[in-house]
Amino acid sequence: MQYDVDVAVVGGGPAGLAAALAAKEAGASEVLLVDREEQLGGILKQCIHPGFGISFFNADLTGPEYAERFIEAINRAGVKTLNKTAVLSIKPRSLTVLMEGKGIKEISAKAIVLAMGCRERTREALGIPGFRPAGVFTAGLAQRLINIEGKMIGRRIVILGSGDVGLIMARRSTLEGAVVEGVYEILPYPGGLVRNIVQCLEDYGIPLYLSHTVTFIHGNKRVEGVNVAKVDQNLQPISGSERYIPCDTLLLSVGLIPENELSRVAGIEIDKRTGGPIVDSMMQTSLSGIFACGNVLHVHDLVDNVTQESIKAGKAAAFFSLGERGKREICVPTISGKNVRYVLPHLINLMDDGEENVTFYLRVEKPTGKSKLNLIKNGETVASKIEPLARPSEMISITVNKKELSLQKGESLLFEVTEI
Amino acid sequence: MTIKSHLVTCIVCPQGCQIQVRYEDGLLLEIKGNRCKRGKSYAWQEIQNPQRILTTTVRVIGGELPLVSVKTDRPIPKELIFKTMDLLAGIELKAPVKMGQVVLDNILGTGTNVVATKTVKKQEDSHQR
Repeated sequence: MQYDVDVAVVGGGPAGLAAALAAKEAGASEVLLVDREEQLGGILKQCIHPGFGISFFNADLTGPEYAERFIEAINRAGVKTLNKTAVLSIKPRSLTVLMEGKGIKEISAKAIVLAMGCRERTREALGIPGFRPAGVFTAGLAQRLINIEGKMIGRRIVILGSGDVGLIMARRSTLEGAVVEGVYEILPYPGGLVRNIVQCLEDYGIPLYLSHTVTFIHGNKRVEGVNVAKVDQNLQPISGSERYIPCDTLLLSVGLIPENELSRVAGIEIDKRTGGPIVDSMMQTSLSGIFACGNVLHVHDLVDNVTQESIKAGKAAAFFSLGERGKREICVPTISGKNVRYVLPHLINLMDDGEENVTFYLRVEKPTGKSKLNLIKNGETVASKIEPLARPSEMISITVNKKELSLQKGESLLFEVTEI
Repeated sequence: MTIKSHLVTCIVCPQGCQIQVRYEDGLLLEIKGNRCKRGKSYAWQEIQNPQRILTTTVRVIGGELPLVSVKTDRPIPKELIFKTMDLLAGIELKAPVKMGQVVLDNILGTGTNVVATKTVKKQEDSHQR
């Protein structure tokens, strides 16, 4: 079997599904979606809770429903899919894949979209002292075990980290009969969305301890308990504040890392702050013809934003495959200023890509109250937006008309968030 | 006959508006802080009778997966959540299951149904692909 396609998409989660559909709709005749799992949908398959699609579909959907809408749409549109196929390496215009039952194959593609998503930070990444018993899970793994495989993870659970998946799993484990002793967050503010604090913790009387961490894991074969302690301003445990909590399970919801092993080996430039490729406003990476979107680019908090971003990447990949090439030489950089951790895209491509507007996504460094986001060019504010609250856990977006920015080669665009 | 005031964090969308509700004797006096209409009705509902969509899983026999994800097709009163979980624990569906299929109807007389939120094919169907 020979594969020679216009656009190949790596990863069948929400980003890959939207990019493949958009590429097909934008006129690429052969679009191939490659996924290592048996079923498409990526992480959405195990996110059985509602809250997806409110902005994109104007409907409150569960993860599987959101995925199924896209899977039906790509099948109708005639996107080809390769399941149980792992991508081994990427270079411009080609992919090397390992297919179940068929072995190693080459796929030629005029344009490639990276949509590999992210993975969870583990105990090893944190270096929590103690023993190495069974019963320590990342929150997403626990979610897969409970929601897809039907296996219960434990009876008495402590959760470290207040990311959304951890909060969702606090509720889910409680519904399945476990007791969640508490959620412990090292930072002085929660990592997840405020609505998840309410509906996953407060609804079930699960306490949230801010400025706390797990300092030791006890247990021989299975977790028997953990030590928790308060932390000071430098996030160091305060001596004397330590206490022991008996439990059989420790869940970790301590951050997500864009999965860029393939991108790194391919030589794609990576941004240290986001952990993902450096892209321009057409979602093109530093390698011509390779685009990126979704959690492989930067970790999102809402799937609706992943979809929007991926549509852009899919469209741009289709145009590239049809001969419209975006060049890096005519790009203007975006710069993270006061209280801005990062801004995406990193570069604004001045080439006409058929889009009137450009949307920027950014995260703040520290939480602030009512704030103003300013876009500054040559010392002058050229666009702004008021946010009622600015939190590191909630991505801020701003859409600006390109003509109004009237950017020229050699200029740059500075982003600042100030409390007002 | 005292005026009560409560702060409700809206969970309708990710913005999480802080909504101030003032009421007296079951009568709504004032709602502020919401950025949309849905927030207004959510906040007032939350004071009178808090309701939630329940999502969980139900066992499937002979399917390509051992479970199918399900949800209540409307929010149910919070106090019925664990009773509904108990009812669903006793259910086993036969594959295939279609997205939208009713798994349990009129739960506890509320008029709310539990429906499947994904399609689970029969095991042999998946082998044919």
